[in-house]
Amino acid sequence: MARVLLFGALADVAGWRERDIAGDSVEALRATLCADERLAERLGRPGLMTVVNQVIVRGNPPVAPDDEVAFAPPVSGG
Amino acid sequence: MVRLQTDPIDPGALLADFCRARTDAGAVVSFTGLCRAATDGQAVETLALDAWPGFTERVMAELEAGTRARFDLIDLIAVHRWGEVGVGEAIVFVAAAAVHRRDAFQAADYLMDQLKTRAPLWKREEGPDGRRWIEPRASDHADAARWETTP
Repeated sequence: MARVLLFGALADVAGWRERDIAGDSVEALRATLCADERLAERLGRPGLMTVVNQVIVRGNPPVAPDDEVAFAPPVSGG
Repeated sequence: MVRLQTDPIDPGALLADFCRARTDAGAVVSFTGLCRAATDGQAVETLALDAWPGFTERVMAELEAGTRARFDLIDLIAVHRWGEVGVGEAIVFVAAAAVHRRDAFQAADYLMDQLKTRAPLWKREEGPDGRRWIEPRASDHADAARWETTP
């Protein structure tokens, strides 16, 4: 099980920030998260940030058990 | 130096500390970002910033290091607030010190563009019209893109 973290509007929409989810790739985890329709709409927007073990990733890298995978909307600090 | 904090930012005290006993710099430029009372005509009562403590500082430090590498600086500081921020309070403070003013102006401008488009922080406004998550504006990305062609 990977540790999945959500930030910003994604955490707000999901109603949780951390959860253990089974999946062997970023795309597999995202597909599981998309079972929640409101989350699916947010995860489908452009500019989604994906971070595996605190490294920003692109594409669909594999995910090992105990990996930490974060999904976040486009940043809006400053 | 970068810092992420939930305590209020005191821009005056930070600037005074940054300038203190500095005999090598001929220029210090600072920027303070404040929480507005309205965005696009919609009243703002409170602002909440989500962050990822640890990771957010690490990315901020990378952006600060990139700014130091790009300009001829003596010193650089970035302090960002997260959690709840009241209207009129500072959200972010950046200061750059250089021998001459041009590098200091450009470094502060560049670092702010980087922080706005790349630092892992997510802003939510709350007001009488409800709560809304802020998405980056096209102008923020256009501002950051200026540096891709301007050395």
